[in-house]
Amino acid sequence: MTATADPGARRAVVRQSLSVGVATGAYGISFGALAVAAGLDTWQAMALSLLMFTGGSQFAFVGIIANGLHAAPAAIAASSMLGIRNGLYALELTHLLGVRGTRRVAAAHLTIDESTAVAVAQDDHRTSRLGFWLTGLTVFALWNLSTLAGTVIGTHVGDPRTYGLDAAACAAFTALLWPRLRNRDAVAIAVVGAVVAVLLSPTVPPGIPVVAAAAASLLAWRTPRREQA
Amino acid sequence: MSLWTAVLVAAAIAFGLKLAGHLVPAHLLDAPRVRRITAALPIALLAALVATQAFTGPGGSFVLDARAAAVGVAVVALLLRAPFIVVVVLGAATAALLRALGWA
Repeated sequence: MTATADPGARRAVVRQSLSVGVATGAYGISFGALAVAAGLDTWQAMALSLLMFTGGSQFAFVGIIANGLHAAPAAIAASSMLGIRNGLYALELTHLLGVRGTRRVAAAHLTIDESTAVAVAQDDHRTSRLGFWLTGLTVFALWNLSTLAGTVIGTHVGDPRTYGLDAAACAAFTALLWPRLRNRDAVAIAVVGAVVAVLLSPTVPPGIPVVAAAAASLLAWRTPRREQA
Repeated sequence: MSLWTAVLVAAAIAFGLKLAGHLVPAHLLDAPRVRRITAALPIALLAALVATQAFTGPGGSFVLDARAAAVGVAVVALLLRAPFIVVVVLGAATAALLRALGWA
């Protein structure tokens, strides 16, 4: 860890933030289209992107509410279960960001997979902070603009999977995790987390496998190897 | 419950979950062991997120398809020290190509 960020690291984090923002933003078109198809009007779709602002939860919510208003409790439950992980990200972000007061509310709103992944991928706190805010704000702007576009365009642009956008997200998160996997303890935590989530996926509701994988972080309870030597 | 109520309740819960994590008192998170665990949390969660996004299909069943191939290509690109944007574009191109060819 260094106290100051070098220009190369700053340029790299800006590139990461913008590319993650563009890729995620493109998915907003799909969300807007699905929301309208599920029976939401443009304002309701926009309320989800502006106020809920966590993609996985939003897709789950509209996917279930599409079955009718009687499914509303199930839709709320599903989006909430998928939102638990954001609260767990916050436990680490609050330390990385060091924000107080109203900025803490803004930080909370921008606490999503993408902003967290870019923040924790950086080697020093200043670059982490830049990555968090830049990614969070870029995703927020593009996600909302593209949600609006999606509600208008509808399903005419087709399935984002045709363009490999779902795989782009997988590749981006893999690349952001990569620099953290330098030591064996971190690799063990990532592998256990991944295996737990995949094994639980067929049997528990969406959202819960990823939250259950948080248990893998307890592997960090013991003293790191380098301190044992 | 109206649709608007459902939208606003779900949004309020989502924000509340985010804020709750940020409002945990700092002194509860200061012990070295707790710091190591909170630092490990995003690693465990993001690894689980990638794994479920890449390797599970409808109903949460395990599947190997174009997404798994894309992650494989991304890992090879990372091992070859490719820049971030190249890794992302290669991942998308791999999945798009395999799907266009009807192979996955």
